Amino acid sequence: MKHELFPWLILFLPLLSAAVITLFTLRNKTVSSLISIGAVVTGFALTCLFLSTNTFHPTVTETTVNWLAIGNLSIDFGLKLDALSLMMMLIVTGVGGAIHVYSYGYMHDDRSMARFFASMSLFTFSMLGIVLANNFVMMFIFWELVGVSSYLLIGFWFEKPSAGDAAKKAFITNRLGDFGFLLGILMVWSLLGSLNFGVLNGIVTANPAALGCGATLAGLLVFCGAMGKSAQFPLHVWLPDAMEGPTPVSALIHAATMVAAGVYMLCRTLFLYDHAALQVIAYIGGFTALLAALMAVQQNDIKRIIAYSTLSQLGYMVMAVGLSGPTTAMFHLTTHSFFKALLFLSAGSVIIGMHHEQDIWQMGNLRKKMPLTFLTFFIGALALCGVPPFSGFYSKDAILALALEEKNYLLFGVAVFVAALTTFYTFRLFFVVFFGQEKSKEAAHAHESPLVITLPLVALAVLSVVGGFIGVTNYYGYQFGATHASLTVLEQLTHPFHDVFPMLCGLGAVVIGLFLAFTFYKNAATDPLPAKLGALSRWMANRFYFDELYEATVIRFHDLLATASDWFDRWIIEGVYIGLIRGGTDLSGRALRLVQTGNLQTYAFLFVFGVALLLYFVLVK
Amino acid sequence: MHIGLQHYLAVSMILFCLGLLGVILRRNLVVIYMSLELMLNAANLALVSFSRFNNKLDGQVLVFFIITVAAAEVAVGLALIVALYRKRQSAHVEDLTSMKL
Repeated sequence: MKHELFPWLILFLPLLSAAVITLFTLRNKTVSSLISIGAVVTGFALTCLFLSTNTFHPTVTETTVNWLAIGNLSIDFGLKLDALSLMMMLIVTGVGGAIHVYSYGYMHDDRSMARFFASMSLFTFSMLGIVLANNFVMMFIFWELVGVSSYLLIGFWFEKPSAGDAAKKAFITNRLGDFGFLLGILMVWSLLGSLNFGVLNGIVTANPAALGCGATLAGLLVFCGAMGKSAQFPLHVWLPDAMEGPTPVSALIHAATMVAAGVYMLCRTLFLYDHAALQVIAYIGGFTALLAALMAVQQNDIKRIIAYSTLSQLGYMVMAVGLSGPTTAMFHLTTHSFFKALLFLSAGSVIIGMHHEQDIWQMGNLRKKMPLTFLTFFIGALALCGVPPFSGFYSKDAILALALEEKNYLLFGVAVFVAALTTFYTFRLFFVVFFGQEKSKEAAHAHESPLVITLPLVALAVLSVVGGFIGVTNYYGYQFGATHASLTVLEQLTHPFHDVFPMLCGLGAVVIGLFLAFTFYKNAATDPLPAKLGALSRWMANRFYFDELYEATVIRFHDLLATASDWFDRWIIEGVYIGLIRGGTDLSGRALRLVQTGNLQTYAFLFVFGVALLLYFVLVK
Repeated sequence: MHIGLQHYLAVSMILFCLGLLGVILRRNLVVIYMSLELMLNAANLALVSFSRFNNKLDGQVLVFFIITVAAAEVAVGLALIVALYRKRQSAHVEDLTSMKL
C-alpha cells in the first residue's frame, strides 16, 4: 500500500494542532486559527492524495500497533481503511474544513477564538478516531473524546448559564447512552472473545448463531451508544439544547459529523444485529423522525428548527439501518452532512447579518439584503426537502424505496408523512425569514456576510446540488456488497426512476408540504398555526413536554436518590463511622498525652520498668 | 572464702542498681550524670570478670570500647550541661520540662 503513513498523519495532525494552540499560541487568535484550519485542510488534501493512489480499496485495510495485552485480552490501536471509513474521512475533513474556514469569519470578534479552534481541532481528532477505529475499545475511547469536545464547544460561551446547562445536558445524556454501549461491548467481548471488527465479522459470518440468545440484547445495548450520540428517542432531548453553542459548532458537530457517528457505528457493526434488534432500531428511527418533524413545525428559533430537522433526518438514517440498508443510510448521511452543514452555516450567516437575533419572527425580507445567503439557503432547503435533482432527493428516495422493498408499509407511510412535514417546516422557515415584510429594525438593516463566510457556503452548496449522483452510493455499495454494478453519473441521475411509486409519493409529499407552507406563510407576520391547531400546536412548540416529563420522573427520582445518599453520607458515614473512629482516636490521644510529663526521670523510670518487665518475661517465664 | 564469678557479678549488680537509683531519684543533672557513669562501670566490671573467668579477651575489648565511648559522651554531655546552665541558670531536672507537649 502506498503512503501508509498518511492515515496516521491525518489522524494526529488535528491533535498536534490542538496541543500547539493550547500550549503556545492561546494568546494569538490569528495564528491559532490558521494552525487549526491548516491541520484539517492538510488532512483533507492528504486524504485525497491517499485515495488517488489507493482508490477506496487499499490493499492493506488495517494498520495496527499493539496497545496493551492483559492475559487473553489484546487491544490494538489500529486504523481500518475501507470504503466506509475513507468516505467518512472525506466528509469529516472536507465538510469540517469548510466549516473551519467559515468559523474564522464567524468567530472573528470573539475574545476566546484560540480556545474555540483548539476545541475544534480536538473534535476533529476524536471524530477521525471514531471513523478509523478498528476495534470496539478504541472506538469507545474516541466516542468519549467526541463527547468531551462536544461538551467544550456547546459550553463555549460558558458565561451564559443556558450554554453551561446545555453542555452538561448533552454530556450527561450521551453518557447514559454510552453506559449501554459499554455494557454492549463487554457483552460482545464475553460472548465472542474479540473486539476487532474484522475478527468479529468473521466469527459472526461463519456462525450466525455465535452470539446465542444474547444476540438481540447485545445488539440493542450497542445501539444505546448510537441512541445517545445520534440523539434518537428517548435520548433526543440534548440536541436542540446544544444549539446554545456557536453556529459553526452546530454545523460541524450537531449536523454533519458527531451525530452521524451513531449511524456510522451502526453501519460499522451491522453484523452484530439480528432481525429483532434491527426491527427495534428501525421503529425507533421512524418514531424519532416523526416526533422531531412534528416538533420542528412550531419552533421559532432559526437554529432550533434546523436542529429538529437534523433529529428527524437522523431518524431516517437509523430507520434505514434498521431496514438493513447500510448503503442507503450512509448515502443519506453523506448528502445530509452536505446540505445540513450548508443550512446551519447559512443560518449562521443570517444570524450575523441580524446581529445575533435568532427569532424568525424578527426577520423577514432578507433575500434583498443577503442575496448569496438566500441562494445557498434555498439550495440547502431544496436538498433537505428532496427536490430533484438535489442530493437529498436521491438519498431520501432511496430510503423510501427501501422501506417499500422491505414491505414495511407502516414505516413507509411514516417516512412519506415526515417528508411532507420536512418540506412544510423548512419552507415555513424559508418564507418567514427571506420573504414578507421586515419584522424588526435589525432585519431592515441586515447586511451580507464577508467572503470568508460566503465562500464555504458556496462550496457546500455545490456539494449539496451534485452530492446525489457523483458516485457516493457506488463506494458504499462496495463496502456492503452492492446488488448492482457501479453506476455512471447519468445512470445515477435517472436511477430513482426505477422505483416510480415511492418516488411519486416522495415528490407528492414535497408538493403538499410546499403548498401548505406557501399558503400559510407567504406573507405572514405572525404564525397562523396556533389558532388553527390549538392544543396540538402548543404540544409541538413545547416539544411534547419531554423535558418536563424527564424533569418530573428521571430528574425527580435522581434528586430523591441524591437526597437519600446525602443522608446516608451525613449521618451513617460521617456520624457513625467517622464520628466514632475519630472520636475514639481523639479520646485515647488525650489519655496518652498525660503520660508525656516532660520529666526526664519519669521517662527513665518507665524505661527501666519496661526493661525489667521484658527481662521478667524472657528470663523467668 | 573462695571468691568466684558470682561475687563479682553481685558487686556489679549492686553498683548498677545504685547508679539506676541515682538516675531516677537525684535531681541534680551532674549527679545524674555521675550515676550514669556508675552504671556503665558496673557493666564494665561484669564484662571484665566474664573475660577473666572464661579465659577469653572479648569482654576486655568491649570494655575498652565502653571506656572510649563513655569518655566522648562525658565530653559532650558536660558541655551540654554547662550550656544549659548558662541559659537557664539551673541544673535541676524539674526545671527542664520543655519536652512536654
